[in-house]
This record gives sequence, structure tokens and C-alpha cells, in this order.
Amino acid sequence: MKITCNGETKEIPSNTTLVSFITDMNLNPDTVVAECDSRIIKRAEYDTLILSDGNVLELIRFVGGG
Amino acid sequence: MLKIADKIFRSRLFLGTGKFSSAETLKQAIEASGSEMITVALRRVDLNDPADDIMNVLDREQYLFLPNTSGARDAKEAVRLARLARAAGSGDWLKLEVTPDPRTLLPDPIETLKATEELVKDGFIVLPYINADPVLALRLQDAGAAAVMPLGAPIGTNLGLITKFQVEIIIDQARVPVVVDAGLGAPSDAALAMEIGADAVLVNTAISVAGDPVKMAAAFAQAVEAGRGAYESGLGKKSSEASASSPLTGLDFIKT
Amino acid sequence: MFKIPPFHQLQEQIRSAGDADVHRSLRTAHLSTYDLAALLSPAADNHLEAMAKRSVDITAMRFGKTTQIYAPLYVSSFCKNRCSYCGFSADNKIERRILSLEEAETEAMLLHQRGFNHILLVSGEAPAKLGVDYLEQLALRLRDRFAAISIEVQPLSTEEYARLFAAGITSVAIYQETYDRETYDQVHISGQKCDFDFRLDTPARAAAGSMREIGIGTLLGLSDWRAEGLALGLHLAWLRKNFWRTALTVSFPRLRPAAGEFQPLFNVTERDLTQLIFALRIFDPDVGIILSTREEARYRNGMIGLGPTRYSAGSCTAPGGYSNPNTNGEQFSIGDLRTIDEVCAAIKQKGFDPVRKDWDAGFQLL
Repeated sequence: MKITCNGETKEIPSNTTLVSFITDMNLNPDTVVAECDSRIIKRAEYDTLILSDGNVLELIRFVGGG
Repeated sequence: MLKIADKIFRSRLFLGTGKFSSAETLKQAIEASGSEMITVALRRVDLNDPADDIMNVLDREQYLFLPNTSGARDAKEAVRLARLARAAGSGDWLKLEVTPDPRTLLPDPIETLKATEELVKDGFIVLPYINADPVLALRLQDAGAAAVMPLGAPIGTNLGLITKFQVEIIIDQARVPVVVDAGLGAPSDAALAMEIGADAVLVNTAISVAGDPVKMAAAFAQAVEAGRGAYESGLGKKSSEASASSPLTGLDFIKT
Repeated sequence: MFKIPPFHQLQEQIRSAGDADVHRSLRTAHLSTYDLAALLSPAADNHLEAMAKRSVDITAMRFGKTTQIYAPLYVSSFCKNRCSYCGFSADNKIERRILSLEEAETEAMLLHQRGFNHILLVSGEAPAKLGVDYLEQLALRLRDRFAAISIEVQPLSTEEYARLFAAGITSVAIYQETYDRETYDQVHISGQKCDFDFRLDTPARAAAGSMREIGIGTLLGLSDWRAEGLALGLHLAWLRKNFWRTALTVSFPRLRPAAGEFQPLFNVTERDLTQLIFALRIFDPDVGIILSTREEARYRNGMIGLGPTRYSAGSCTAPGGYSNPNTNGEQFSIGDLRTIDEVCAAIKQKGFDPVRKDWDAGFQLL
């Protein structure tokens, strides 16, 4: 199935949890904030949230800034 | 000791973490500065370079993270970023930065006030970044801002404390700490800000793009201490008046 | 809430100031209360000319070459307080009178005809006889004819001030009389006015009730005038910090003969008063300074442009005294007996503009 992540289309298997998607992208789930369909997802929910077809995902992290 | 909201700071120098040439330089500069609070921004993860993670060098246990809402062009975007920051585990502290003009990066006063009102209600500890507008500073304090952060000069210009006169008014009227943020280009600028009574300064560009950022960070730290020491010892202010030119009416009408 | 340090502490701060401190304070752009203490100290007496210079310049910069004119309108001499210094003290046997709303309006219109646009409604403190209802109704009657109406009456609550503001009252004068608690207790023998802290908090309540301007002050001659000046400075600074939208004035009436034959506890000379005015002007460039008709014409003329910014004129301190000049029962006797036209002429002669109208009810009426 297809989801959008940070503006890019990604093909993922069904029943993918958010946390596995993140780790598959070589990201540390503890330092990434996730917004799914404009809803901020709590860290605890990463493990249980199953992605659906058409989800719009935003993965955000801290970067250097003034 | 500086107190903002419920936190005590020994260092009155806060550091921005942007524009550094490398994460390692950033880390060393922060250490050299002695700073206890650093700002960070929020951006989309670069999916092509997942390892680029500032958190690899920054220890959340050691420093207080002050996420900023840079990139926000209005109150709505700022509030969204604030909530994302909180979700990222940075706590309730927030540097509110609403800068719709990408050329000057000057803050929007109206959106900043709107966002402050909403964020304070939502339990955030809001440190708004503003132009050196004394009335705006008062309005933000009335709205519950934990500090006010007037600019010395626009971000990245390194022009120093060109807003000195207005900042002095803000300091005089303030009921919360005043942090001069942006535009400080040299340690002497930071010392001046502290001498006129600022509670702290926030420096980024001047350190990150210096030839030797680590050395510059240390220099700024010294300047902040020097300025504060001078202020606390009761430095006499220059009189803004030249000697009076108007003729003096004699006081001989007074009955003795 | 505003807290005043113990009076002796204020006195010590002033006493410890020396010549060098005065020098420094005269040269600084941002004066602290330490600087005010220096300017109020005996050491500053040698610097009176220099202080005058600064005071003249600051006053001109902030207020222009103007002096605002107003008149007090005494509406009632009934009072439930016993205060040893006041002609209206409850235990003084004087002719007491409260004007009916019609009588008060008549008095006010006399003032209006004479050219006054700013009036101060004054009463003794007897809420049962004269309360918020009376003031509200009087304000509603007068608001169309006067640019600004102030009140100097018993301390009220925030809600009551808000009510009066909506009715057209612009500002509130409430003087602590003395910031010296010991003396305060000594001269306030009975009545609600005995509550020092309640009175001290009144300016804040009035400001919270939306009043545009608050007038604070002390009665010179009750206690050490220098420390009173410092206390006033502290009070002004606190009010500015906490009610930044509110304009402020100070007044320091000097004790004059009154029905109770109270002798001032401290002698305050014209020179002392002058130093006090200069010190406060330099410390707070924006505060209005009122010089009442208790002072003599000669002194009031001399002080035009030197610091004071607001003069009453043609004053009478007995209710009904404008309609009937032979009325007895004054609160205090007047030092400057000139009419408004005479005072305005004197102001003009000094090169200043007498301002009879400096506000408009149109800004306030909803």
C-alpha cells in the first residue's frame, strides 16, 4: 500500500506499525516526532499504530537553529 | 542567579545551535560557552540522510532544550510547531518565533501576541522573540510570557545592539526577565546588553560562523560575565542630556 | 500589593547620601530610588540650582510649555473619620453641608462659566451620606459639560471605581497623607481611614477599575518630608510597573491653618517643598505635579515651568462656596486667592500656555 512521508510517496507492506516504518528508514524513533494525518502521535503509540493506505506522515526532528 | 519561570540559570548566555559547520564543533562550542540552555529548531527529517541527527551530540540531560518555532509564518503554524516540539519530549519551554518575512526574518508582533496567548493557556512556558517594541513587550507580559526576547538587530546581521534605547525602556518596565536575542555580533555587544541591565543574551550566528567558534563561544561567556558584573556594581549611566541651554529662572522667589 | 518599607529605613537611605551621590544622580539618565534618595537628602540642598535646571528641561520636554488648570468642587463636608490635621475631622464643630445633586450641578456650572473644564469633586469620607450612587449620578449630569471629572473621596472598591469610570469619572485622587505608619496611627484617631494598608492599596484598585489617571500624595508637615518624597517615588514606580496604562500625578499639600488648629509636626519650608518637587520631577519625568492653592501666589508664580504641571485656581474648600462666597466650613484656608483669569494671566506672562482643556469625555463615553 502507499503512504506519503515528508512529501514523498512510499510503498509499504500492510500491517506496518509506525515504529517499524521509522526504524526501517534508519531513524531513531526516540528522536523523531511523528504527525499522521495532521495528528501528533505520542511516542507510546508508535508501537501500536498500524499505518493505512493513503496516510500522510510527517516525520520531524530537532535540528540546529537560533 | 537568573530565574526564568521555575528554572535557575548560572549562565546568562544562551546559545543558538544553527549554522555550525559540524555537530562536533557545535558540541565543543556549547561546552566552551558554559551555556545551560540551547535553542533548537524543528524540521522534516531528511529521509535520504537519516543519520544526520543533532541529538547524537546533544545531551538532553545536560542542557535545557528550547525549541523554537522558526519557519512559522503565523500563529497557527507556530502553535503547531510548539505542539510538535512538546511531543518530541522537549518539555513545555518554547522560544516563540513567528517570522513571515524570509528576507529580514523580523518577527510578526500580532501573530506573536496571538500565539503567546494561546500557548500560555495550553501550559507552555513561552519566551517570545520580538522587535524591541516596549508596548508589545508589556502586552506579552500581560499575556503570561515567561520572559521577553527583544532583538539587538535582525537575525544574522551581527550589527550589535542597534535597538539599545528601546531595549532600555523594555528593561525598565519589565516584570519578567529580558533576554536580548539576535544581532549581537561581538562579545562587546553582549557586554553592553548586560551592562544596560539585560538579564541574559542569546547568541548564535556570531559564534557559529566565527573563525574559531569554540574560542568565540568562550569570549562571549566572558563578555556576559563582565557586563553583568558591571551592571550589578552600579555602573553609572551616561546622562542623555547635554547641559541645559534654557535660561534658569532664579530661585530667589522662594521664601526662606 | 504595594508594600512600603519601614519609614526609618527610608530615612536612613536618605541620610546616607552624600555630595558625590547627588552629583551622580544629577547626571544619570535612568534614576533609581537610590538616586531619588540622594536628591531628597540634605546634601542636595547645595545643588538646588542644578536640580532646577534639570527639572525645567525635563518638564518642558514632557509637558511642553504648558500648565493645566482645574478647580476643586467640594460637595460634602460630612466625615466619619477623626483626623487630627483636618478641618473636616468628625470631632470639629463646623457647619457641615452636603450639596444636593441640583446644588452640586449649580456649583459646577458656575465653574464651567468661569472657564474650567477639569474639576475635582471632593468630599469628606461619609459613605452613608455620600456614596457611589451620588457620585455616579453627579458624573452623569456633568460629563457633557466637563472634559474631565476627578474625584477625591473615600476609598472605594475596584468594582465601584469601574462603575464610576463608566459614568464619566476620569481620575481618582487618593492621598496616603503620610507613609509613616507610626505617625499615621497617631493622627488618624478613629474611622475607616485608620486602616493604613487599605488606603495604601486604593490607587491599585482605582487603576484596576480602569481609571485613566491616579493621583497620590502626602500631607507635608505630618512626618519627615524627605522620606515621604522617597515613599511617593516608590509608590509611583510600583504603580507604573503594575498598571502601565495608567497616568499618574503627585501632590504634596503643605499643612496650613485649619479649624482644629493642628500644628504641623514637622516644619516644611518653601525651599523644602521646592527640593521635593525637583527631586520627583527628575526621578519620574512623566508624573503630573500638582501645586495647590494652599501655596501663596508669589510661590506659585515662581514655580511655573519649574516642575509643577497642574494648578488649581479660584478655589473654595467649603461646599456651596462658589455660589455663596460667605460660606463657612472650609477644609483648609487658601494661600492663593486669585481667580482663574488672574492665574492664567500669570502663567501666560511667564511664557507658558494655561491649558483649560486637556481631555475630552468623547474618548471615554461608550
